[in-house]
This record gives sequence, structure tokens and C-alpha cells, in this order.
Amino acid sequence: MKYMLLINTPPADNPAEVDNGCTFEDWIAFDKAVQEAGICVDSHQLADFTTATRVQVGADGRRAITTDGPFAETREILGGLYVIDVPDLDEALDWAARCPGSLGGGSVVVRPVAEVQG
Amino acid sequence: MEPAIAAVFREEHGRLLGALVRRFGDLDLAEEVASEAIEAALTHWPVDGVPAKPGAWLLTTARRRAVNRLKRDQTYAAKLAVLHVDAQRTEPGPSVDASLPDDRLQLFFTCAHPALAAEDRVALTLRCLAGMTTVEVARAFLVPVPTMAQRIVRAKKKIREARIPFRVPGPDELPSRLPGVLQVVYSIFTEGYAASSGPALQRIEVAAEAIRLARVLRGLLPAEREVAGLLALMLLIHARRDARTAPDGTPVLLADQSRAAWDRSMIEEGRTLVIAALTGGSPGVYGVQAAIAALHDEAASVETTDWPQIVALYDVLLTLSPSPVVSLNRAAAVAMRDGPEAGLVLLDALAEEPLLRAYHPYALARADLLERADRLSEAAEAYRKALTLAATDADRAHAERRLSGVSATLRNTPM
Repeated sequence: MKYMLLINTPPADNPAEVDNGCTFEDWIAFDKAVQEAGICVDSHQLADFTTATRVQVGADGRRAITTDGPFAETREILGGLYVIDVPDLDEALDWAARCPGSLGGGSVVVRPVAEVQG
Repeated sequence: MEPAIAAVFREEHGRLLGALVRRFGDLDLAEEVASEAIEAALTHWPVDGVPAKPGAWLLTTARRRAVNRLKRDQTYAAKLAVLHVDAQRTEPGPSVDASLPDDRLQLFFTCAHPALAAEDRVALTLRCLAGMTTVEVARAFLVPVPTMAQRIVRAKKKIREARIPFRVPGPDELPSRLPGVLQVVYSIFTEGYAASSGPALQRIEVAAEAIRLARVLRGLLPAEREVAGLLALMLLIHARRDARTAPDGTPVLLADQSRAAWDRSMIEEGRTLVIAALTGGSPGVYGVQAAIAALHDEAASVETTDWPQIVALYDVLLTLSPSPVVSLNRAAAVAMRDGPEAGLVLLDALAEEPLLRAYHPYALARADLLERADRLSEAAEAYRKALTLAATDADRAHAERRLSGVSATLRNTPM
């Protein structure tokens, strides 16, 4: 069963909250553990949220392109993701809890990947 | 349905469902064939008599239905085959009836899984383990039937689609997962006990159901002291059920209850369990609360209650699970030990607690202590405050009665 771990971090313009006590080495160690467990389907770190662009297409077919943010208020922002393949939700939750992104005000949202019936 | 047959179904439902989920790995299929088996029993048993092993009869019938269903529906079967492999990873639970493995513990942990919404855990546990219908669960929680049906569908969908496993957590996980299961059972009990609304009798049945579930858990996890503690706590509170409401339905305070109406055998059972709960390790929150309840139940009157020991137990409870409500109860116990002024000092120190500021029991306790300290005009003021915070008619009526008592004394007292 595939699960996506959505790693949410507090916004970058609030550096005090981003410092959740985990280091670059913690992330390397977590990534190594996921890779060595043979469960990693895919993983990405996303570029800074200020580089994001939102696209919406209206009923008339016209594109609306906006820059989403930066946000002044505190709001969690998707900073990266893993797709892992594990037997059940309990194991997915264990991996989410091991992820440094779940520490110090950050959170990891676990979403099952929908199974398309063939 | 004949009462004897209904009792069998209630008793067997959780066990039947647990065994079916373990075998087929799918709660929906398990529920479907379980109810088909019960329907079949309703047709056959009144004619042929209840079989010697009703549980085994139901399980065999349900299994046969499930296998037939899977033969007919190959796509469904293919999907379940995957789940089935996972179900094989878990060992069967300890067997109570030698012919039937008991898989209810797995079901308890699935229904109370932390990934489910708290209200869904309670609904699912009542439905799967207590064998209550959606209509019965809805009635017990005073929620419209469609709302409750939606809750149950939502919970089952999450179990299926997010693949919440049917398994008993390992020894390393148990300490963090068991409190969730106990919390579900206790919240079923308090829902029945609170008598916030609804016919009293019906609420008592809900409380009794929580006790039955705790007995099942106690049988499945005999070494877990907090299970003993929870069962003890509920028995020791439930023992007072006949004395705690007046004939008109208004609550009767502990001090005014007729202690002769308390259920002695239930108290005895609870006391034995308290000893089990508090022996052989550090105490847990349910064990300590049960010990407090036992001290109340053992006392012949409020005056002769062992208040120093109750205060000491509240001190332990505060270290295990600090909360303003526990501090409030401790202050009330101190007032009984050392007098109302000592209690008032502690209560006033809690005045700024956000949880207590609009909490009716806090306002009422303060009014009560002021009255006992003979500070009557302050007491009247405090009862008026309590009156504005009362959530139920019964609470309002009680506060009004106390207020008019104080007001009458004030009028008759020369200034």
C-alpha cells in the first residue's frame, strides 16, 4: 500500500519557528533509513514557497496566474514529500513520526495513494 | 426477537465479527455476512432450538456465506486476497471458547485507532463490539440516525482505504495504544452516566454496556492493571446508580444519597479490582480514580469518609495527569478534611484557569463552600453565577434550590 507523506513546515519568513531542532544531518539520516528499508517509491524536496505560481483556468478558458504568498500569518507550507510503500497505516505513521519534519511545530500528513481498479 | 436469542447475539456479535475480519480482512464483508448469519439464526433457531455452540454455528454460517460471495464476485475476491495476506501476519488472540479463537482484541484496537476521529471510535466500538445497531448507537448519543450512519460509514471507509490494520499492538506499542481503547470505553460510560439528557433508564443501559466491554477487555488483557482500574472505577460509580437520581429525575449529590440503595456486590467486585489495579507497579489514572471512588463507597456517611486518604490520592492523580478539574476535586476534598475556608483558598487560586472560568461545577463548589463557611451573601452571589453556567435543567433546578435556601436564611437573619 502506497502512502504519501506530506511534510509541512512553518513559513520561511518566520525563522524562529523553522528552527525545530533538527539538523541537515537528521534529514540525511532519515532519508538513508527510508532508502535502506526498501520502501521509498519517490521523494522530493520542494523549492522555497516564494517561487510557487498558481494557475487556475476559468469557465471561459482564460488562465489566471498568481503568485501564492508569501504569507505574513503563520501557516504551514508543503516543503517536501515522500511516497512510501508499506503494509499498513501503522507502519506509515511510524515513518511519519521518524521524519524530522514532524518535529517542533512542523507536521507530516499521511495520505494513502488511491488504488485505481484495473 | 426472544430475549434469550437477543442475548446470544449481543454476546456473540463482537467475537463473530472479530473472527470474520481476521479471516477475510474486510470489515464491510464481515458485517454483511455476520448479519446474514444472524438472520439465518432467527429463522432456524426458533424452530430447531438454539444450537449447543451458538457462536460456532454463527461463524460457520457466516464463513460459508462469505466464501460463496467471494466465489460469485472475483474482483472483490482479488482485492481481499491482498488484505488477507496481511491478516495472516497477526496471531490469533487467546481463546476463551476452545472451539472459537477470540479476535475481539484486534477489533478493539482497530475501532479505537488514533487515526479515526474520537467520536467515530466510540460509534464504531459500540457497533462492532457491543453489537448495537446504528439506530441504537444514534439513540444512545442523541444524534440523528443519518448523522450516526454517516459517521460509521466514514470510519469504515478510512479503515478500508487508509488500511488501518486489524492487529494487537506489540508490547512496545501497547503502553501508548491501550489508553486510547480505555478512553473509548470510559467515554461510553460517562455518556451513560452524565444523564445530560434523555430518559434515565436508557442512559443506564449505555453505562452497563461500557462495563460489559470493560469485562471483555479484562478477560483479554488480564495482566494490564489499568484495565482492572477502569472496570473498578466504572463498577464503583455504577453501584450508586439507584441512589443518584431522585424520582423526578434530578441528580442527588453524594452527600444526600441513600447509601443503603448502593449496590453492595458491585462495590465488593470493584474493591477487589482496585487492589489488582494498584498492586505490582506504579499506579495508573484509572486505578487511582477507582481507589477514590472505593473510599466513598466504603464510607457510611460523608462525615466518616476517609478524606485525608482521598486528598492523598488526588495528589497522586495530579502528578499522573494534572488538570484544573482534578485540582478542583482535590480542593473539595481538602475542604472536607480541613474545613471550607481551606478549600476556598485553593478554589480561589484556580479562579483564573480558563477551563474553570465558565465551568458550572467550579462555580457550584465555590458557592457551596461559601455557604458552609457562613459567608451567605457571597454564597448567594456565587449561586447566581452557577445558575448562569448550568447546562441542564437538573443543574439549574439544583442551583436555584440552593440559592433560595441561602436567600431565605439571609432574609431571616437580622443585619
